[in-house]
Amino acid sequence: MSAALRLVDLTVSYDRHPAVHHVSAEIPAAEMTAIVGPNGAGKSTLLKALLGLAPHIEGRIECSAKRIAYLPQQAEIDRSFPISVFDTVLLGRWSRFGGFAAAGRADIHDAQHAIESVGLSGFERRPIDTLSVGQFQRVLFARLLLQDADLVLLDEPFAAIDSKTVADLMVVIRRWQAEKRTVVAVLHDLDQVRRDFPNSLLLARELVAAGPTPGVLSAENLLRARAMAEAWDEHADACEAPMRLSA
Amino acid sequence: MLYEYLFQPFIEFGFMRRALVASLALAVGGSSIGVFLILRRMSLMGDALAHALLPGAALGFLLGGLSLPAMSLGGFLAGVATALVSGAIARFSNLREDASFAAAYLTALALGVLIVSLRGSAVDLMNILFGAILAVDDAALYLVVSTATLTLVGLAAIYRPLVVECFNPGFLAAMGVRGSLYHYLFLALAVLNMVAGFQALGTLMALGIVLLPAVAASFWAREVWSMTLIAGPMAFASAAVGLLVSFHGGLPSGPVIVLFASLFFVGSLLLGSRSSVRTRLSRPVHLRG
Repeated sequence: MSAALRLVDLTVSYDRHPAVHHVSAEIPAAEMTAIVGPNGAGKSTLLKALLGLAPHIEGRIECSAKRIAYLPQQAEIDRSFPISVFDTVLLGRWSRFGGFAAAGRADIHDAQHAIESVGLSGFERRPIDTLSVGQFQRVLFARLLLQDADLVLLDEPFAAIDSKTVADLMVVIRRWQAEKRTVVAVLHDLDQVRRDFPNSLLLARELVAAGPTPGVLSAENLLRARAMAEAWDEHADACEAPMRLSA
Repeated sequence: MLYEYLFQPFIEFGFMRRALVASLALAVGGSSIGVFLILRRMSLMGDALAHALLPGAALGFLLGGLSLPAMSLGGFLAGVATALVSGAIARFSNLREDASFAAAYLTALALGVLIVSLRGSAVDLMNILFGAILAVDDAALYLVVSTATLTLVGLAAIYRPLVVECFNPGFLAAMGVRGSLYHYLFLALAVLNMVAGFQALGTLMALGIVLLPAVAASFWAREVWSMTLIAGPMAFASAAVGLLVSFHGGLPSGPVIVLFASLFFVGSLLLGSRSSVRTRLSRPVHLRG
């Protein structure tokens, strides 16, 4: 089993506070991996680092994927923006046409197809501000489909989404896996992780455990992750910087 | 009679014709800038930028008198500097960007008024603050028209990255595109339009014809491009009607033009097809019949 991603002693920090601390792990290729952990555990930060968008990184990320697609949390998108469903989805082909060239006929055809396969036929010209949270998540999944990536990163894909939509979107995710794409998702619903994701990575700023899900999500590990989260409030930064300004 | 009222002023007087052409150019360029300003939630920063031109223009005035090139260049430099400095302050401190823009423009406004009063009269100050569209000469006309051309061509060129930068900057970053580059290109175009509008409407009023039609258009349009298509004609109509009314009524042109633009805003707020008062008050569809 080859690794799509290898993290080597990875530390990601904001303003000197490490959000991800000395993490070493492997994420297997062509499989579905869940990243779980308490709030503030650095899950989203880890995804940002994988995308190359984190401000400050120490350690190494080895990535064999050629093309990465990323589903952001919905709060990062201005959903009141006047843009149509179709145009939003078509942006998934950015790597093909970039900021300036016109979209080709194949791109437009594929966008249409992606909209159909997430169950939004007939919504093409609707402005995105008329959609529900679940419908908008379908739009973002259609955009991911168009990105045709070998590594798909999903940041809380099912937050505030009803069970019907979750089921429909899980079909899309399983199809990705069947197509030998690597899927990494930040998730909070542990039952769902146990059911659908064979691999997991339990994070509490530091790595608690990684590997096959049943072992990772043991009662003992979860307890340990929670204890680590409770300790954050007492001493915020773990590594003492070599020099500090005195007050 | 109607003919005399509507067309005579433009046929008879060269300054009215020039004012009309200037307002057409300002309307087309400025309103498309306005659309992006409101989409980027930067209306207030646009206001701050417009004020920030003042010390630059005033310095130009101090060195060159009421000369258009000196004041325009000064204004443009001051505007760009303010945009860069407040952007940098916001990034390096935890001050929110709107607060740092407000701090910058208050400083700029005070400095500008002080510099003008060093040498000029109260009339000069009024001219700089409120403009004189009826005094637009050929040089100013060229400035306004080339600004409009540059704005439309520039916005068309950076349209897609700019739109994505507005609504989903993270996506643009993930695609490896530096969104801030387009942000600053857009800011430069915005400052250029304030400078162009400054001669005609003054630093305090220039933003009226930029923002009000764009806000009005947002009550009608569902997409960015249709918003600009609606905002342009609204801006031009307010300018043309405003010019006529100020001509016949002997009123100052700048404020009248801006007030007509506000009429479009209020009208659209009440009657527009998207989240206007009318659509809020009309009976929900499922209760009909």
